[in-house]
Amino acid sequence: MAGSTLVFEAPRSAPRAPRASPVRRLLRSPSGAVGAALLAVLLATGFVGSMVTPYDPAAQNLDLTVHPPSLTPVRGAVHLLGTDQLGRDVFSRLLVGLRISLLVALAVVPLSTLAGLTVGMVTGYRGGWLDVALMRLVDAQLSIPTLLLTVAVVAVLGSGLLQIVGVLVIAGWPGYARVVRAEVLSLRDREFAAAARAVGASDVRILAQHVLPNVLPTVLVLATLHLPVVIVLEAALSFLGLGIQPPTPSLGQMLGYSQDLVWQAWWMPTIPGVAITVVVLAFNLLGDRMRDVLDPRLRGLGPV
Amino acid sequence: MRQYLIRRLALSLTAMLGVLTIVFVLLHISGDPAALLVTQDATTQDIERIRQAYGLDRPLSVQYGRFIARVARGDLGYSYRQGLPVTELIGERLGATFELALAALAVATLLGVGLGMVAAVRRGSGVDTAAMTIALFGTSMPSFWLGLLLIIVFGVNLGWLPVSGYGGLDHLVMPAFVLGGFYAAQVSRLTRTSLLDVLAQDYVRTGRAKGLPGRVLLFKHALRNAALPVLTVLGLHFGQMLGGALIVESIFAWPGMGRLAVQAVLGRDFPVVQGATIMGAAVFIAVNLTVDLLYGWVDPRLRSAAQRA
Repeated sequence: MAGSTLVFEAPRSAPRAPRASPVRRLLRSPSGAVGAALLAVLLATGFVGSMVTPYDPAAQNLDLTVHPPSLTPVRGAVHLLGTDQLGRDVFSRLLVGLRISLLVALAVVPLSTLAGLTVGMVTGYRGGWLDVALMRLVDAQLSIPTLLLTVAVVAVLGSGLLQIVGVLVIAGWPGYARVVRAEVLSLRDREFAAAARAVGASDVRILAQHVLPNVLPTVLVLATLHLPVVIVLEAALSFLGLGIQPPTPSLGQMLGYSQDLVWQAWWMPTIPGVAITVVVLAFNLLGDRMRDVLDPRLRGLGPV
Repeated sequence: MRQYLIRRLALSLTAMLGVLTIVFVLLHISGDPAALLVTQDATTQDIERIRQAYGLDRPLSVQYGRFIARVARGDLGYSYRQGLPVTELIGERLGATFELALAALAVATLLGVGLGMVAAVRRGSGVDTAAMTIALFGTSMPSFWLGLLLIIVFGVNLGWLPVSGYGGLDHLVMPAFVLGGFYAAQVSRLTRTSLLDVLAQDYVRTGRAKGLPGRVLLFKHALRNAALPVLTVLGLHFGQMLGGALIVESIFAWPGMGRLAVQAVLGRDFPVVQGATIMGAAVFIAVNLTVDLLYGWVDPRLRSAAQRA
């Protein structure tokens, strides 16, 4: 080896690659990308499609009931996905039902988040008797199996779109409150909170400026995982006849009505059934990925 | 151990008291509880009679105390649809609910742990991907759709299984699979994660290095240590299955507590709804207490941790 000179390589100034933004990391994985794409299609179908339904989803045609899906016109009308027992167009009902399901979820999740976040922050920060009382309430409520609780509340409040949103918010907030409270408990005594307190920041300011930003990622993950739960609960209530009431169609209600017809009309349960599964699947894919990106500690916690 | 037991028991009792409070609030939130406790065609006199009979004209604090005392004595009121004590109606159905929940628990355990184990051992392979895809679909498919699908395939088209009702083992297959299937999906994901954690531990590597056969390593060393979180979750699931099988019991006309609750809501039979809610929560709390105690017995570290807390 001629001229065995030792070459000292200057340590390369390898700057750590800047971490990609959470959104990019979310979309980079196959599951995140598939979930987001599915969701985009579903949102477009639900919100745009329901405005241009081929038929009035509530219009009955008693001459053409339980007609199978077909592309060829029957008596001058094409029913792409067939008709139900009252001769209503299944495709139109699917579009509107999808919008209702999404609307309920998009109303319930932010409202539950807000309620749970507020209670969790205040009780976690303040402690005292209010904390004890509210957390006992949360424990108690979480001891009632979810569907049983929602059914009992429906028995009191009645059914219908607004009531269902209310019922599902009542069922949804404790999950957030419990997790947020635990987070706040560990955050309030950290140095940055103590420092803020030392310079005379008010409680509200500390909560809003120092604590809130630290719990938001966790809350966002919980909210994403809560979406499919709400979709299923609304569908379940409507399936039992306790949720969205006719003439407003919903996916669960369509499935419920098809129960007596499984013997002759396979498409009636299959179409809304597949639709609900795809919606839930999209949210689950996105939620799993979101958790891995934003808050891996929540792994194994399960849905709210 | 005794201290741990007392602590857990006290927590369970407070939770139960909380449940009763929630039910009490529910009854009064509608404005007029007496109206909820009578049939819709009841006259004003009927309502007045109920109001007096249940003491609903007394101050709220008195009513609350009486309500708690009444439930503590095991009195859940009368169903006005069937004129029978609610406890009797629930008692008749507990057996069917337990039978279904136990069968579903077996499905969730065998299927869930099995799938999760296979996925963890063959991590990154096609088997892993397939198992986790099945699990993803399992969690995404609502029970009411899976139930109808099974009815269409196995009941209507193949004619292998009865589509509804209570009877022999063949009646139990579909409901148990539908109820247990959803939880099996969740259990399989948890088992996989938990087992992967354990398989990465030093003692597993040591075992492998000293030549332990894979089977012994997996079943005797890894699975045991991965089992604790899975056991807790199975316990929680079992509680949910017992109290929350409303959908499955309704689809398959299974004569359990869940179907009773749904029929009661549809028939505006509020005392039964109330009773079913209290009973469902009581069963859930009891199951969780049992799991916690078992847990403390299995893993002594938890006992001392609970005492420190």
